[in-house]
Amino acid sequence: MRMKKRTVALLCYLIFLLLPIYWLVNMSFKTTDEILSVFNLLPENFTWANYAMIFTDPSWYTGYINSMKYVALNTIISLTVALPAAYGFSRYNFLGDKHMFFWLLTNKMAPPAVFLLPFFNFYQTVGLFDTSIAVALAHCLFNVPLAVWILEGFMSGVPKEIDETAFIDGYSFPRFFTTIFIPLIRAGIGVTAFFCFMFSWVELLLARTLTAVNAKPIAATMTRTVSASGMDWGGLAAAGVLTMIPGAIVIWFVRNYMAKGFALGRV
Amino acid sequence: MQKWADNRAWFLILPVFLVVAFSAIIPLMTVVNYSVQDILGPGMSVFVGSEWYKEVLHNPRLHDALFRQLTFSFCVLAIEIPLGVGVALTLPRKKGVWASTCLVLLALPLLIPWNVVGTIWVMFSRPDIGLAGVTLNEIFHFPYNYTADPLHSWLTVLVMDVWHWTPLIVLLGYAGLQAIPEAYYQAAKIDGASRFAVFRYIQLPKMRGVLLIALLLRFMDSFMIYTEPFVLTGGGPGNSTTFLSQFLTRLAVGQFDVGPAAAFSLIYFLIVLLFCFVFYTTIVNLGKGEAQ
Repeated sequence: MRMKKRTVALLCYLIFLLLPIYWLVNMSFKTTDEILSVFNLLPENFTWANYAMIFTDPSWYTGYINSMKYVALNTIISLTVALPAAYGFSRYNFLGDKHMFFWLLTNKMAPPAVFLLPFFNFYQTVGLFDTSIAVALAHCLFNVPLAVWILEGFMSGVPKEIDETAFIDGYSFPRFFTTIFIPLIRAGIGVTAFFCFMFSWVELLLARTLTAVNAKPIAATMTRTVSASGMDWGGLAAAGVLTMIPGAIVIWFVRNYMAKGFALGRV
Repeated sequence: MQKWADNRAWFLILPVFLVVAFSAIIPLMTVVNYSVQDILGPGMSVFVGSEWYKEVLHNPRLHDALFRQLTFSFCVLAIEIPLGVGVALTLPRKKGVWASTCLVLLALPLLIPWNVVGTIWVMFSRPDIGLAGVTLNEIFHFPYNYTADPLHSWLTVLVMDVWHWTPLIVLLGYAGLQAIPEAYYQAAKIDGASRFAVFRYIQLPKMRGVLLIALLLRFMDSFMIYTEPFVLTGGGPGNSTTFLSQFLTRLAVGQFDVGPAAAFSLIYFLIVLLFCFVFYTTIVNLGKGEAQ
């Protein structure tokens, strides 16, 4: 009986979770006229027109491509710089290590709004404004510290004796790192990539500020539709559904490691 | 684990230091620079010292925003953490298709871009076309309108945040619960421990570490919430959902008051830093206590 009560509670929560998403999906299959005129739980005139509109209009679908570009770039940069650093933090004591680690974390804590204006001026000065690389670098601000933190957690779970044995066997550091150590923390790297993807994908404030036309992300395209015409509810819903799909695919791949990753490798 | 002492490890840290310095220190120094100057035009600026800080600290609208922010963050933590722990306890303990499906569904809101979260809730709660809005108005005859009533608006933002972020607590709590060996539960069963005793003496202590991380992450993120209320309510009606980030952005980009905005940025950053330092120290010391 107790098991049943637990399952009912869980189902209630899941319904609360899925109701808004269901409504979004429902709307994306309706025409805007139908949304505004009748209230119904399932579309009366089922239509793919909203999705067709997004896939044929370049101002919509380039948004997805731009978002993907900077998310991928950011994930690669974050992982490349975070891997050696996390190894350093997990294996060595050195001058100022604890302060350095906390300083890194403070960047994760900094409200992006604080950096808004200087970023805008700075990237314009160095000529990177409105490029994918600008957004990718700006997102490093919070993704690199997070990547270091998660990877450090996973690396600390690998016994140090492995490193020692490898060095005695005559492995050089780069060779040990790439052929032995990285395969050992594969799961950790996957989870870290997932987190970099996630936080870069969901962020809007910096991405919107640092782009104008050429690198405009999908999220910004959506806010501009809200403010300008504001009434294409069907198209907006379809765009919203499409932004959820990459995330859902990525979750499916990391589902077994996700919980551990959210605990930052510290369970 | 005993670590090797070697200052050459700095070479491993160097790339991270350079990347983060590029995107953190240079902009932060610019903020400091702005905060002590009055910029009248390109190339024309006057050093004004701490004037902006004084002005910002005495700004009653800032005090309101800060108070609203603290209330909001407190409510968010007070609802999300117990709810998240509760849901984590209802998740199936054994791995399987059902558990995986639950996890994937739970994680879904976390991967929706923040402005889409706002859009979803606009569509969900609008009194003319939204499921919740229409249901409340037509079926329960409750005059719900989040765009006009400050209280409704504030509560909608709160419910949205609970919807958006409770899954994070659930996943963290679940990770903590997964780390408890089955033998503990068997021992509790033999001792005839009640359901509550199992929770109080086995599950809660094991979840303590991850819950602190959850507290830290949730506090940080709720304290800099911007996009969701921006899309949902635009900070209104009036100023009822104008939180600190919103206030700052309005100051910096809307009115282009660079000096006060910069001074306020630094104060804002220091507040966040102070809270996070306390949480962080707690987490680190807790880890040490367990290792001994």
